[in-house]
Amino acid sequence: MYVAVKGGEAAILATHDLVAEARRGDPAVPEISVAQIREQQALACARVMNEGSLYDQDLAALALKQSQGDVIEAAFLMRAYRTTLPRFGSSQPLDTAAMAIRRRVSATYKDLPGGQVLGPTYDYTHRLFDFTLMEERQSAVGSGQSLPTANPDRRLPIADRLDSHMPRVPDILGAEGLMEAEEPPEGDPRPFDLTRDPVSFPADRDVRLQSMARGDEGFLLGLGYSVQRGFGGTHPFVGEVRVGEVAVEFVPEELGFAVDLGDVTLTECQMVNQFQGSKEVPPQFTRGYGLVFGHSERKAMSMSLVDRALKSRDFGEATNYPAQQDEFVLYHADNVEAAGFVEHLKLPHYVDFQGELELIRRIRKEREERLAQERDAMPEAAE
Amino acid sequence: MTIHQIPAEDAKPAYNYAYLDEQTKRMIRRALLKAVAVPGYQVPFGSREMPLARGWGTGGIQITAAIIGPADTLKVIDQGADDTTNAVSIRKFFERTADARTCEATDEATIIQTRHRIPEAPLKPGQVMVYQVPMPEPLRRLEPREAETRKMHAWAEYGLMQVKLYEDIARYGEITKTYDYPVMVNDRYVMAPSPIPKFDNPKMHMSPALQLFGAGREKRIYALPPYTSVRSLDFEDHPFRIQSWTQPCGLCGAADSYLDEVVIDDRGGRMFVCSDSHYCETRRAQGHRGTMLGDAAASGLVEETTP
Repeated sequence: MYVAVKGGEAAILATHDLVAEARRGDPAVPEISVAQIREQQALACARVMNEGSLYDQDLAALALKQSQGDVIEAAFLMRAYRTTLPRFGSSQPLDTAAMAIRRRVSATYKDLPGGQVLGPTYDYTHRLFDFTLMEERQSAVGSGQSLPTANPDRRLPIADRLDSHMPRVPDILGAEGLMEAEEPPEGDPRPFDLTRDPVSFPADRDVRLQSMARGDEGFLLGLGYSVQRGFGGTHPFVGEVRVGEVAVEFVPEELGFAVDLGDVTLTECQMVNQFQGSKEVPPQFTRGYGLVFGHSERKAMSMSLVDRALKSRDFGEATNYPAQQDEFVLYHADNVEAAGFVEHLKLPHYVDFQGELELIRRIRKEREERLAQERDAMPEAAE
Repeated sequence: MTIHQIPAEDAKPAYNYAYLDEQTKRMIRRALLKAVAVPGYQVPFGSREMPLARGWGTGGIQITAAIIGPADTLKVIDQGADDTTNAVSIRKFFERTADARTCEATDEATIIQTRHRIPEAPLKPGQVMVYQVPMPEPLRRLEPREAETRKMHAWAEYGLMQVKLYEDIARYGEITKTYDYPVMVNDRYVMAPSPIPKFDNPKMHMSPALQLFGAGREKRIYALPPYTSVRSLDFEDHPFRIQSWTQPCGLCGAADSYLDEVVIDDRGGRMFVCSDSHYCETRRAQGHRGTMLGDAAASGLVEETTP
């Protein structure tokens, strides 16, 4: 009797071992710890938290370690874990005006209440390798050597030197009536949760913002860029980018008052776009909004560009370009879904391919027979 | 945030039976009931993020998870075979999370989760087929916008599909769709049968089994209740026809099954074998011998066992 040889299961188990080996790399090099990733690769962790839709720095670091630094794979780990977590409820709306500011810049005003705060930014670094980082240093904290720019004056706790109140730029414009107001929809309904309910189109703004907040940074960056270059035609000014910590408050039903759950680091971007007006409404600047976890300015800015582009329909503008079409943006921004579908092409498809083979061979054969017949029908014509 | 939920090293994370929580299963079952009530209609559902990649069967897995119970026997196939890597992986998932009893015999299974095939052995009343669906919308290639295709279904406006099939004939002499061949369900909805070869389309028509279709990434569920009319779209002068081969299965000699082509050397050597691995094994056990069975044993494709 004959049985088919089956190696699938053993082969799959072997791939898991090979991954573990590849992940560890050269055993002579010390293993990286989750705490090191959390502390020293914080921007990567922020990206994983955003695209994984879960604010947990330790899990983001673990995900990066487990995925060998593959950010999309790490986001996938976060999502698959997140989906199993119980939902206790929704937090109170965050107040970003009360943010403990680390960085805050505006491109629309030279100076403004609270001032410009550069904070930690790569904006004005020269992209030259710092080869001193190649050297392995033993716990260099406080030695001064590890922080070559450390100047006692500059290293004061930031909060002590900043104004406690930093109004948001769109609010300054709004006080003058120049900014499109952000009104909650009628009845202020609970926001849509796209992880629990299927999205339908046209999608409302809560769905769009939620989808972009977890969307792929590279995809949104490309779309935002396309809008700037002409495939959209908005002309934005960065009203403000702010980065810092915001308290998350939750009202447990049995208590009836808000409890502070802790702080989250957020980046918020408000773009001021060209104005719109009509017979009823005097011209006003329009708004593009981006809010993301961690220090992620590029993502927040891209999101706010695309947010404005997606408002085209609401403003009665033409929606000719990809960034203005909610179906295009929302369906394709999700990198975990996109990666799954692109990479599924690796799966066996030989049944379908066999169908194609059978068809193409038959069509070619029929074509040859037809051509041969035509040749036979007029053998002398060529001469 | 300061609250961490990393389980201690020795703690096993406790997942619910069949992975999904009961609320989610109820949500999926409600979608399934609606789908069964309106055959061929795509029901949006709150598809969850699964620990397997989107596009790798998460829709089918969610349906199976929502309907499986301790009394069930599960068969998982990919490309018709029980031993393809993704089928092995999904079977393992249910063995782990649902203590599922699994099998390879088509007639022993109560639930058959499949990608790209319907088994050759006829299905029986009481069996459930669960299809993994990548693109649930048969009109998507003709109209990319979901907002539009939903309207086209609502109005049963399927002229565009007929024109597409006609254009195939005008250009190539026949309809060139070889898999995911569109069907008309219950004379109402045009439906994507998932990328099964058109060879399998007739098996869906008036099937005694319940057929459920899950598209996880696209968040849609649809269904064919038992004994539903499923007609492959065609024209009077260009009737629907299925694939055929010039030779029978090289291993078991079957002339009535869907065949995979196996390249056996670099000089154009080919061997055709049943894609349904269980069907082929059953026939060989019954004593059917294909012309290449001996060669296949020699090349390690099958093993000869002493009874």
